[in-house]
Order: sequence, then C-alpha cells, then structure tokens
Amino acid sequence: MNSRSGRTRGAGTPGRTVVTGMGIVAPNGIGAEAFWKATESGDSVLARVTRQGCEHLPLRVAGEVRDFDPGTLVEERFLVQTDRFSHYALAAADMALEDARLGRADYEDDPYSVGVVTAAGSGGGEFGQRELQRLWGQGPRYVGPYQSIAWFYAASTGQVSIRRGFKGPCGVVCGDEAGGLDAFAHAARAIRQGSRAMLAGATEAPLAPYSVVCQLGYEGLSTAEDPERAYRPFTDKACGFVPAEGGAMFVVEDEAAAGRRGATVRAVLAGHAATFTGPGRWEESAEGLAHAIRGALREADCAPEEIDVVFADAFGSPEADAAEARAISEALGSHGSKVPVTAPKTGTGRAYCAAATLDVAAAVLALEHGVVPPTPNVFEVCHDLDVVTGDARACGPRTALVLSRGQMGSNSALVIRKGSDSPA
Amino acid sequence: MTRRRVAVTGVGVVAPGGIGARAFWDLLSNGRTATRGITLFDPAGFRSRIAAEVDFDPAAHGFDEDGAARADRYIQFALVAAREAVADAGLELGGDDAWRTGVSLGTAVGGTTRLEHDYTAVSQEGSWWDVDHRLASPYLHRAFTPATLASAVAEQTGARGPVQTVSTGCTSGLDAIGYAVHSIQEGRMDVCIAGASDSPVSPITVACFDAIKATSANNDDPAHASRPFDANRDGFVLGEGGAVLVLEELEHARARGATVYCEIGGYATFGNAHHMTGLTAEGLEMARAIETALGQAQVNAGDIDYVNAHGSGTKQNDRHETAAVKRVLRDHAYKTPMTSIKSMVGHSLGAIGAIELAACVLAMTHHVVPPTANYETPDPECDLDYVPRTAREHTLRSVLSVGSGFGGFQSAVVMTRPKEVRA
Repeated sequence: MNSRSGRTRGAGTPGRTVVTGMGIVAPNGIGAEAFWKATESGDSVLARVTRQGCEHLPLRVAGEVRDFDPGTLVEERFLVQTDRFSHYALAAADMALEDARLGRADYEDDPYSVGVVTAAGSGGGEFGQRELQRLWGQGPRYVGPYQSIAWFYAASTGQVSIRRGFKGPCGVVCGDEAGGLDAFAHAARAIRQGSRAMLAGATEAPLAPYSVVCQLGYEGLSTAEDPERAYRPFTDKACGFVPAEGGAMFVVEDEAAAGRRGATVRAVLAGHAATFTGPGRWEESAEGLAHAIRGALREADCAPEEIDVVFADAFGSPEADAAEARAISEALGSHGSKVPVTAPKTGTGRAYCAAATLDVAAAVLALEHGVVPPTPNVFEVCHDLDVVTGDARACGPRTALVLSRGQMGSNSALVIRKGSDSPA
Repeated sequence: MTRRRVAVTGVGVVAPGGIGARAFWDLLSNGRTATRGITLFDPAGFRSRIAAEVDFDPAAHGFDEDGAARADRYIQFALVAAREAVADAGLELGGDDAWRTGVSLGTAVGGTTRLEHDYTAVSQEGSWWDVDHRLASPYLHRAFTPATLASAVAEQTGARGPVQTVSTGCTSGLDAIGYAVHSIQEGRMDVCIAGASDSPVSPITVACFDAIKATSANNDDPAHASRPFDANRDGFVLGEGGAVLVLEELEHARARGATVYCEIGGYATFGNAHHMTGLTAEGLEMARAIETALGQAQVNAGDIDYVNAHGSGTKQNDRHETAAVKRVLRDHAYKTPMTSIKSMVGHSLGAIGAIELAACVLAMTHHVVPPTANYETPDPECDLDYVPRTAREHTLRSVLSVGSGFGGFQSAVVMTRPKEVRA
C-alpha cells in the first residue's frame, strides 16, 4: 500500500494536534488494515444479534465485534477486572501506540506529558449485569471486588493510563453519540496546555441483554428484522439506526513533539465545535449542527469549499436525516449539495460514542488513500446530498468534515486535514 | 498571553442536611453531621449500613409524576441546584448568549440507582440472565447514559453551547468545573453551568464498596462515622447530593452587573498510573496537580489560606493527601487550615468535588473555615491543622481544593478572591 506516502516529517507547530497512531476494534475489522479493507469495499456486517440472552428481545440486528480474543492482546490480570468495553479500549490503545511507535522510552523522562481521554456512553454493562445478578440472586457478599472499578464510565481511561504508565491529564466524557468527537476536543485542549501526547477515543459494548433492554426506549432504534434494510439513512426507507459495539483509540500529539521524535503525521485535527439543541428535537438540530460546523471551520481556518468529504452523522430517521442535510447545506452553502457525503457506519452500526471515533478513523484512512468509502445498504437518496453509494470514490480528498449528533441533544463537528497538508 | 478570567457568579446546592446554599452553609459552619443509618433501602445484610442522605421531596421541588420519572434522583438534584445557581447569578439566557453558554456536569455513577431498580424488575430480582424487557419502565433509556444529566440541565437553562457530562469517578465534580474554567479561559464559551451530582445510595453501590472495604462499618454510631484524618477512621461514608456554580468570563459578569463571589484561576488533573483504587504514600501526582493549578492561578503556595481536602476518611487517602499538600506547601502547610466537609455530608462520589467547591465559595464569602467534624484522635501520619469540630474565622483570599478518585485521578482547583471583588 502506498497509503502512507503522504506522511510528513518535520518540526511542526507547537499546540497543533495531529494524529500519529490509530487502533481499531470494529464490527467490520480489528486493526486499521482490516477495517479499511471492509470500509472501502462497502461491506456490511450488520447481522442478527447473537449474544446470549438477547435472542428474545425486540432488537434483531446489531453490529457485533467478532473474532476478538482479548486474551491474546491483554494480560489476564487486566481482563478479569474489566468489562468488554474496556477490553476493546485496552486493545485499541495498544494498536494505536504501536502504530505511533510511542513507547515508554519516549515518555519515561516525563510521564506527566502523556494523558488519556475517552468517551463512554454506557460503561461496563455486561460486567454490571453479572454483578447485579450476584447481588440480587445470591446476596451482597457475592458481589466481587472489581464491580467498583469495572462498571463505571472511567474504567477504560483509568486502566489504559495504569497499564501504560501515563500520568498526564486523564479525562472521561460521558456523552451521547456526539461525545466521541468531544473526546478529541478534550485531547486537543490538553495538548494546547502542554501535554505532548494523548490517547484519545472511545469504545462501547452495549449488547449485553440488560443494556439492550435499556436502549429499547430510544425512539430511533431500528427493530427491523432484515440486516440489509435495518439502517438506511437518507433514503425514504429510513427506519432508525442499528446499534453496534467496538471503537477506536488514537495517539494524538503535539505536532512539534511528534516532529522531535520523528513520528509520522497521519492527519491534523484542525477544528472542532459543539452545540446543544435538545433531545429528539431534530428540526432544531439543523441550526445547531450548522452552528457547530461553522465553528469547526472557523477554528480550522477552512473555507466551506475546502471540505472534500463529509462523514455524516446519518441518524436514520427521516426527520433527523432531513435536518442533517439542511445543516450541511446551511453551513457549506452551494458546496453542500456537491461535496461527497458518506456514512460507512451503515455497514457497521452506530456504536454510540464510539461511532464518531470510527468515523474519524475512516476519515484519516480516506485522506491517506485519496478515496471516499461508500455508504453500505443505501441506494436511493431522497435528500439534496451527493451521498457516496455503491463503490468507493477515488476523488483525492484532502480535508474531511466529521459530524455527530446525539440522542440527548448534542451536535458536534470536527475538521480533519490530510497529514501531508501540514507544514513540514 | 493574558488568559480570560473566570468568575463564580452563582451557587446552588442540594446536600445532605439541607437543600439550598443557605441550609448547606448552616450545617457546615455549625459542624453538624448529616450521616445516618440508610433509609433509602433496607441495608440489612450489608457491611456498611450508613450514608449521608438528602431529604428530598420531588413534588416540593416542582417535579410531577412524569417529571420525576424522566429525571433520575441525581438529575433532580442537579436541576434544583442549577435553578438556584442561575437565579442567584441573575442570569437570563437568550439570543446569541445561549450559543456562548455551555453546561459541564460531573457524575461518577449516573443513573445506576434507576438502572438497578429496573434491573430487579426485568430479572425477577436476579433470577435470570435473559431479562424480560416488558417489565422495564418507559424512561429507562434516560438512565442508561449519564449524558442525560447535562442534557436535562441544558434544557432547563436554555444553554445551546457545548454541553457535556464528565465522569472521572470521584474527581468528576472538580474535573467538570475545571473543564468549564479552561473552556471559558480559551474563549470557547462565556458562561458555563458547571457542577456535579450523584445519588449512589443503592444496594449495588453499597455492595461494591463493601467488597473492597472502602466504606465505614461504624454502623452503631452513624453520626460520628465519617472521621477524616482521625487515627480511628475506618473508611468513607457514602453520600449523595449535587452542586452547581455559574461560571462566567469576568468582563461578561461585570458588563451585566453580576455579583462576583470569587474567581477560579487554576485547575489541573493527573493520573497516578499506579492502581485503580490504591494510592501511593508520597502523593507525587496530587502534588503535581496542586503545583500546576497554583501556577495557572498565579498564586504562590505560601499564599494559600485554606485547603479543602478530599479527606475521604480512608486510611490511605488521608495519609496520601497530607503528604501531597506538605510536598507543595512545605512549612506553610502546618499553618494552613485543611478540612474535610465529608465528615459532615459524606462522600457523594462524583458530586462531592462540586459540593466542596460550593463550600469553598461560601467559606470565602463568610471568611469562615468549615471544620472537620468528628476529629478527635491525631494520627502521626496526618499532622496538619484539620480544624477539629468547630468552624474558625479566617481571612480567605486564596483557597485550594483537591480530589482523588478511582482510576488513579488526582485533581486540584485554585480559587481566589481579588481585592476588587465584593468589599
């Protein structure tokens, strides 16, 4: 692959945040290579839910992570005290660090210079359900010692920092879906304030039976039976979203610090903004998302016409999709109907906070490969958007806009530039 | 580069022993304790059967049946505290101001009380793994993600800027307020409704702390069970509550003629990369957080007038924290009052950091240091001035508040009361 020919080496700008490593645990692939192969080909891996205890629940289709064996990646002592969502985070963090070639030798002189920030929508639900069953089925004394550190939302950040010896700023954003992008904003701020590098991202594991029950109240949840028809945003067949698990962790780094250690810049996190317009009020989210896009463009010093691809939120309800189309059109003007729009998550499902981190991963890879991946299962688009359907499009994108909205009312936008566009 | 300055212009509190900032301060300044035997559920069979509970009647605070069902108890606390804080600040949002107003709220365990409640229904009290969704309540999804917390408060206040829930365990409150401070300093917002809330007094949370013996088992004397820094301390006493501050860019506050309580000039957090629940004896990481926060606020360690301690009352915490404070304040540490209000209002996990910052604001306003209740027997490893049992008058210009949490997180906030603020 010549994907990384665009990578640059150089001094870089202090305080500017760049991506130097990615680790991915996704329903359509573990590791960046497998993930990109499936994403570029537009493979859909949505399928019937197979998790034990979910068979009789009204949620039929989800994006499950398959063939993930944490035992080959993470030491037993970390596995026993963590839930599946942290297993994904620990594995993804390892892959990201390896990709960035960031090892202990790089920070042992100053462990305070590397921190961790994750977004988490629901924490360790499977672990929590098991311990709840022990408590209520057997009694208080049967609750294990790790319940206090496995279920809560901060588990992944804490365990990653401990396992790798990072003493820098540790943060956890408990967002709705938009929280995934907010994690990058936190990391960027930590870097502006002097951290050299941050592990940033999100992983989710919301497919334990009780967690699924908790999601059934989401109005947008798709309970369709057919995996090919369950999640089709931007079409007149849109009937909600399909939930998923997995996620991605990134090494994001101060560009100057990355340059000093000779790291390769994969992408630049150029600008971010977030707004709030209220849960379920999709009509109003159009204005809020447009506001966020304009803010992200302003911070990135980026004209609307410079956006070469939009990774859409693609919620999957007619009202939400219409609002997103309107936001893109409002914020990007006439460019809004011409710019390629894609939503690879239609092939993997929507992994809550982690959905946007997988979109960021796909965006970084798309910029490196010069290819916009398609939107699986989506064919006849009913909005004034150029949605990339069918095959990937080799249009050489250099700047991507990633959008995310949450069911609790947040709207978030992130501008990402190609690594080679950063000054050497 | 001049940083934008961040003022506190409003305070709201829902705490054990009293709802509202006035009742809260009355409890603290009189050194009363609100810890008692658990009433929120039957604690028979649990190791620790005590807590600091809030006497909270949803109907008295305007929640009808549906409103109370939509908002978990911890969210109700936050909504009530936010309403008080916004009214106290005289803040009215509209137009472009709303886009420049954010919400940043912390919680450690979010909706777990509701999650557990519904779990018992859908699993027939833990009888089966294959839960029955037909027995769940209609708003369960709002308990599933703590994003609901910040969302609910943003809806109430009309904020349309960045809205986020922060969940870093027991430092959530300090971190949520700290993020807000940095966001305002950077110019990403002008106003932020910032604070934290938790209502963790439920069987699963009591059981999980039982399992690691983190909580006090002094069930025979609940009123005196929370004993930070005392040689006979035996763990923390679980609490609940919420607190919200209105944070505002200083010029923005002045332009609308708002009353400024104090400024928050410094915040930092670091991980100890050591253990999810264990602390080192030296407290190096907390010391680092204190130094960094002092540096941001441009306050010398020797000018700190009061340390609001994490002071959870576990053996290791109080030793760890005493060491960290001494490492930074050096000789000045021995002359500086350092107290733990957890002795009175318990440890409400993610909420307590915000409740403690609210206490600091009130302490600075009254020039009174709240005491460490129940402190009787000195511990040679904890040899600072913990202001036993009785509040003390003391001029407060610069205050430090610290927190420490599961995950290894260590956070510090520095508040100052400049001369030109409130004669």
